[in-house]
Amino acid sequence: MAKPMEQITWQELEIGAVVTEVGNARQYETGTWRSERPVVKKEQCIKCGVCWLFCPDACIVRAAEGHFEADLTYCKGCGICVKECPVGCITMVSEEE
Amino acid sequence: MQEIRFHGRGGQGAVTSAELIAIAAINKGKCAQAFPSFGPERRGAPVVAFCRIDDKKINIRAKVYNPDIVIVLDPGLVELLDPSEGMKDGGILITNTQKSPEGMGKMSNPSIRVATVNANKIAMEELGRVIVNTTMIGAFIKATGLITIDDIKEPLLERFGPKLGARNMKALERAYNEVVIKG
Amino acid sequence: MGKERKGVEVSIAIAEAVAQANVDVIAAYPITPQTHIVEHLADIVANGELDAEFVPVDSEHSAMSVCCGSAAVGARTFTSTSSQGLALMSEIFFIAAAMRLPIVMALANRSLSSPLSIWNDHSDVMMVRDAGWIHVFVENGQESYDNMFCAFRMAEDPNVMLPVAVNLDGFILTHMIEPMEYEDDELIKQYLPDFKMKNVLHPDKPVSMGCFGMPEIYTETQMNREVGVRDSYPHILKAWQEWGKLTGRYYKPIETYRADDAECCIVTMGSYGETAMEVVDALREEGEKVGVVKIRLWRPFPFEEFDKAVLGKKTLIVIDRAISFGGPGGPVASELRSALYKKEGAPTIVNYIAGLAGRDVSRKDFRNIIIEGMKKAASGDTDGFTLYALRG
Repeated sequence: MAKPMEQITWQELEIGAVVTEVGNARQYETGTWRSERPVVKKEQCIKCGVCWLFCPDACIVRAAEGHFEADLTYCKGCGICVKECPVGCITMVSEEE
Repeated sequence: MQEIRFHGRGGQGAVTSAELIAIAAINKGKCAQAFPSFGPERRGAPVVAFCRIDDKKINIRAKVYNPDIVIVLDPGLVELLDPSEGMKDGGILITNTQKSPEGMGKMSNPSIRVATVNANKIAMEELGRVIVNTTMIGAFIKATGLITIDDIKEPLLERFGPKLGARNMKALERAYNEVVIKG
Repeated sequence: MGKERKGVEVSIAIAEAVAQANVDVIAAYPITPQTHIVEHLADIVANGELDAEFVPVDSEHSAMSVCCGSAAVGARTFTSTSSQGLALMSEIFFIAAAMRLPIVMALANRSLSSPLSIWNDHSDVMMVRDAGWIHVFVENGQESYDNMFCAFRMAEDPNVMLPVAVNLDGFILTHMIEPMEYEDDELIKQYLPDFKMKNVLHPDKPVSMGCFGMPEIYTETQMNREVGVRDSYPHILKAWQEWGKLTGRYYKPIETYRADDAECCIVTMGSYGETAMEVVDALREEGEKVGVVKIRLWRPFPFEEFDKAVLGKKTLIVIDRAISFGGPGGPVASELRSALYKKEGAPTIVNYIAGLAGRDVSRKDFRNIIIEGMKKAASGDTDGFTLYALRG
């Protein structure tokens, strides 16, 4: 964001509170919300893309080698990818580790 | 200012009568209002419509309580209500009936003049239906002179189209000629 | 269309004004007593006379939603509703103002249920008092026709960017045939520039509208809105000034009739103002020094103009057309009492609520209200309100 929300004055807002900065949702890094992260065993990954399809936050990305993994900047650790993976190659691992 | 009240039944075109008269008056440079006694109308129910005509701007946004002129489109209505209610002294009551003015009996206010015309018969003969709204306008024109036959032609023909309009004008002109005015 | 005077139903004239204003999108759902407006618009779009999109929506909630979408992409947008329809769309009605979308609405004032009533009063507009729309009240057909153009002009002014409701009394005006002067298309073109909006939804320049707002920012958005509504005031006046220059018919936020030397004024909003003028004329003949103060601009409220019109007078008899249950009286009287609080020369206010759900208020009734009201003021009986012509 150009300015943290807590510092914006009423005069600085666009009328109608329209947000003109394109795609700035990217600046809201939700990765800090999770207490567990998904870890993919890339040798077992069959590259089907089901986890990518089901991720509610669209933060599963395709790695250069072709397998899929979570974008940890945004991943909230919901575990849906683990549930949906047809070969069970994803496990949730505590952030403490 | 002249205030007019129309009594009819839903579907008989009482509101249309009021509208055509108002538009005719407006077209000749006067100010006029036409409006129904608002409600969810249904065919057959007694309805009331109003019209005001004046040379200057009309500033009243309420119903007509003391009409100068009352027009009754349905003969049966005089059994249900007193169409002359609230009429100003010397006003005129114009009604569709087989009876003559004398046959209408005494008015609650003796200063009220009466005009009668058998609009049912005229409408049946000229239009093939007992819809008397335009017919009664003819009687109104003769009885009051507030507008002329020429004045009503344009709005009537615009509303009904050339063919149906011509037949309505014929019925209207017959009523103009056949209405009997007493007083 | 050339300039012409004709007798026509006010609803039809409003529809034809919207057509003359070169509207782009109409999204509306029919409800008594607004039906003739939207039916006529549907007719002229269908027969090719008007080049616009008529979206036949499934409800008023959808109507206002479509209007928001339409205005958000920069289309000149119109809708119309009443009473329960307004209630049904209320969620989006508030949002439209918050999103600063210049939608124009013909609000045919009708009573809110229950009991179910199709007749006129102001309970519907009072329900959305705080929504942030601009509210104009008209008294007759000519004003209804004229103010459709003024509404688009005000709404789309880059210094305003607010939706505008033109309030007209249901049935009393919507279903009235009276003379109106239509202006010609050239004049309208001169008066209404093409609609250009600063931020529009478009893939070339993406923006986000109607976002989520955290507590940390919400208050600031509301101040931004409040200032927006207040700052729109001079531009509203300008829209009316410009119309007056072109047509000779000037509109003002507060209009008065024989009020200058009046000790007692009746205050009205909407078509009642006309009957009030007639009654004031009659009372003046009898030596009563009375006048009419008519509120034409309800929001943003014209505090200064109102003060100018009434400070120094003895009594104001305020006619409300709605009731606020358990509150301090009718909405208009409550606001005027508040506006005059502690002001020097503030008149006493006597509040009558009359004509609820279209109960006719005749010239005799107005006369009674004024005479009775003056007596109440004289005897100090000015608290709360009186429901005029109440049986029981």
